[in-house]
Amino acid sequence: MSSVLEVRDLKKSFGGIVAVDGVSFGVEEGEILGIIGPNGSGKSTLFNCILGQLQPTAGEVHLDGRPVTGMRACDLNRLGVSRTFQLLQIFPQLTVRKNLILAGQEHQGTMLSRLAGRPDAGLSAAAERMLGFFRLERLADEHAADLSYGQQKLLDVAMAFMAGPRLALLDEPAGGVNPTMLASLRERLQAINAEQGSTFVVIEHNMEFVMALCNRILVLDEGRVIAQGDPAQVRRDPKVIEAYLGRS
Amino acid sequence: MRHSRSLAAGIMLALGAAFLVVAPLGLKPYGIFILSMWAVMTIAAIGLNLTLGYAGQISLAQAAFVGIGAYLTAYLTTKGWPFWSTYMLGGVSCFAIGWLLGYPALRVQHHYLAFVTLAFNTLVYLIFRNEEWLTGGIYGISNVPRPVVLGWSMNGPREFYYFCLAHLALVSVATWWLLRSPWGLAFVALRENPIRALSLGVDTRRYTLMAFALGAGLGGISGALYAPLVQFIDPTPFALGLSLNLLLMVVLGGSGYFFGPFLGAIVAVLLPEWLRFTEGFYLMGYALLVIVLMAFSPSGLLGLADRLTRPAPRGAP
Amino acid sequence: MADLLQLLVAGLATGGIYALVAIGFTLLWQTSQTINFAQGEFVMLPAFFVLIGMGYFGLSFWPAVALGGALSVVLLGLVFKKLMVEPMIRHGVLPLVIATIGLAILMKEAVRQFYGADAWPFPVLAATTDVTVFGAVFAVQSLVILAICVAVVVALQLFLGGTRTGRCMQATAQNPTVARLLGIRVERMILYTFLINGALVTVASILITPIYLAKFTNGEWLGLYAFIAAIIGGFNQVRGAIAGGLLLGVVDNFAAVYLSSQYRTAIPLLILIVVVLFRPQGLLGRIEERTV
Ligand SMILES: Nc1ncnc2c1ncn2[C@@H]1O[C@H](COP(=O)(O)OP(=O)(O)OP(=O)(O)O)[C@@H](O)[C@H]1O
Ligand SMILES: [Mg+2]
Repeated sequence: MSSVLEVRDLKKSFGGIVAVDGVSFGVEEGEILGIIGPNGSGKSTLFNCILGQLQPTAGEVHLDGRPVTGMRACDLNRLGVSRTFQLLQIFPQLTVRKNLILAGQEHQGTMLSRLAGRPDAGLSAAAERMLGFFRLERLADEHAADLSYGQQKLLDVAMAFMAGPRLALLDEPAGGVNPTMLASLRERLQAINAEQGSTFVVIEHNMEFVMALCNRILVLDEGRVIAQGDPAQVRRDPKVIEAYLGRS
Repeated sequence: MRHSRSLAAGIMLALGAAFLVVAPLGLKPYGIFILSMWAVMTIAAIGLNLTLGYAGQISLAQAAFVGIGAYLTAYLTTKGWPFWSTYMLGGVSCFAIGWLLGYPALRVQHHYLAFVTLAFNTLVYLIFRNEEWLTGGIYGISNVPRPVVLGWSMNGPREFYYFCLAHLALVSVATWWLLRSPWGLAFVALRENPIRALSLGVDTRRYTLMAFALGAGLGGISGALYAPLVQFIDPTPFALGLSLNLLLMVVLGGSGYFFGPFLGAIVAVLLPEWLRFTEGFYLMGYALLVIVLMAFSPSGLLGLADRLTRPAPRGAP
Repeated sequence: MADLLQLLVAGLATGGIYALVAIGFTLLWQTSQTINFAQGEFVMLPAFFVLIGMGYFGLSFWPAVALGGALSVVLLGLVFKKLMVEPMIRHGVLPLVIATIGLAILMKEAVRQFYGADAWPFPVLAATTDVTVFGAVFAVQSLVILAICVAVVVALQLFLGGTRTGRCMQATAQNPTVARLLGIRVERMILYTFLINGALVTVASILITPIYLAKFTNGEWLGLYAFIAAIIGGFNQVRGAIAGGLLLGVVDNFAAVYLSSQYRTAIPLLILIVVVLFRPQGLLGRIEERTV
């Protein structure tokens, strides 16, 4: 079995609220898995538990068959798992280039060797490549704060790919992005997936975007997986329709 | 526009450096002493600027580290140890203690951290005051010798001033190097958004401890110079007051700006001497300045200058 | 045994005063994210207002207290909020912390300039005699202080829990956004907490100054003790501040008797460090998990 990520019976409760209630799934190498579900169904909490940002109440997470449950986010990141957050998380007072360099620098050498000097040439080259890939070259020396929202979102996603991750977990990458930008974002993501063979898990509310991007979709409701399958199957599933329409 | 800004900054820097080199030629010993004190306090403030300004971890314990460095040097040099060994020891032991003090910072932030470090500072002060067998208690340690470098005595005020200045230059270059290395970027990331930093592989735990340790180490070095500068030390200068004062220096000058501590120390160390005639009103004015600055420019004097001279971002009116 | 009891009551009395100051501290934090590093100086100052009223205006004690209280509520409540907290809090917590450190220096230096560095005697509220109850000897002063503290805390709790305004204030403290949606006038509620803090520090000042005399440095340790009390109890609740204050007062009093006087001040600091390291949410508090 070549599951990159394997989640088994993951649970997370906050006091009385059970946000994630026994979720299990696997992600195959090179796959783009979409996760959808109504607001508050536990999608972001699921990510936070997988990535060590929150300690899961119960359950296990395996990366390439290795248990990584509760491992610190920085260690996971250095194993090749990167992520974005639902809300924009960039460093506004750094330039766009510095944001990208920061996103890659901790993957090179040891802490002590990083003290020895400036970021090395390989890292700068990688930053240039990423700038070109997400069409941000023109803005490289602007402070990230001065970018438009859509450009900031691109930067946010670009940072997650700086270190060439094997697995990327993206929390609502399309949120608040305008339609033109959206098409280019999807196309960029698919290009990375094709070129580098990296695996994605994408949380999204924008149905059109998920359906076009993903090979397989998982539907979450009230912390449980209520359906999964390819986009066409999920679209027809009455349970999904009910989850979205039934209670709103 | 950007060009002229860095040109102006460069000219000011050159003028400042030139002033520091020639100033003692025209000053009386007391003036030279004050200028040396400025250099020594600037080193401690540079350390705090690393911890607070760059890495965003508030610390009210810097005076304790200056005190530990000073007492180590005073105690050991009066026992005949060579200065350089006590100097290194001061820096290294403060680095180690600072590392340990960083652990609370992994659990709590902001005001909690402020009060924990404050408590640490007061505990260290109590030890200085009460452990008479070691520190001389309230009588302190007197006749701290000044070092001899390569057969050249640093005993005169002018010689010792240049000695302090050389150390300040050394510390500045080292800090500059550190901040330009990936560490500098990691510190800023830690300050601005620790959660995102963590998800980008930044080991925030280790960098937090490092930020504390490095800041404390520079405090120790500053103390190692402080002891031979004043040649008599007692517990009083290392009470909480100095920690608060160093904090205000950093914030006033511009926390997170490389030259912030230099400027802050001018306001806190040199200005009161020039404004001696105002007596107690100086401190009140200083306090008012801090309050007003926090209302209008939380990033300090350099932040204010930065904002006033920065060209408008592209696309903005 | 009788000794212990006496010590306990004395400790509860000082602890009650710490609790009053700590309650004010946590109220400001809850409603407006204000960490007031000048809280100790806030306690130092009202006593001097009273002394000014008596010395310069020739008032007798109680009218002077009324004047001092009014001045404190206006200056330390209203003016503090309008002039310092409002313009600064939008920059975040830290600038305001720094500014209140500046304010503490300003208040201290101002008192030193205008009133000198001496310690001034301050009228006591009750005779400094002892009474014997069930064979134990108590200082009347301790009993009076304790009674007043209890009365103030009970009154405050009744106000917070029993009146409409009080409940609106609690809602504001718990969640300003929701409170605003519910139509509560949040700004006004925040102002009330500042006024209440002004009143609390006045009471604390009147109670504690007869013991330690009026001196410009009094605030230095008072503010620290108030914060330690707040943290020990759990920063987010009024009852935490009460428990923390009482505990601190008792521990401090016992330390004064049974420990070397040199390290007496170290005990509260050590307690603070231990609590922060092992139970940062305080003895009565709950953990909140942070996510993005
Ligand atoms: N730190 C927390 N403390 C308490 N409850 C939380 C916390 N984080 C999330 N929750 C609760 O857990 C549930 C799931 O939240 P989560 O953010 O995972 O939903 P989501 O599926 O990402 O929603 P959305 O689509 O709106 O982003 C919600 O009921 C939320 O209120
Ligand atoms: Mg979410």
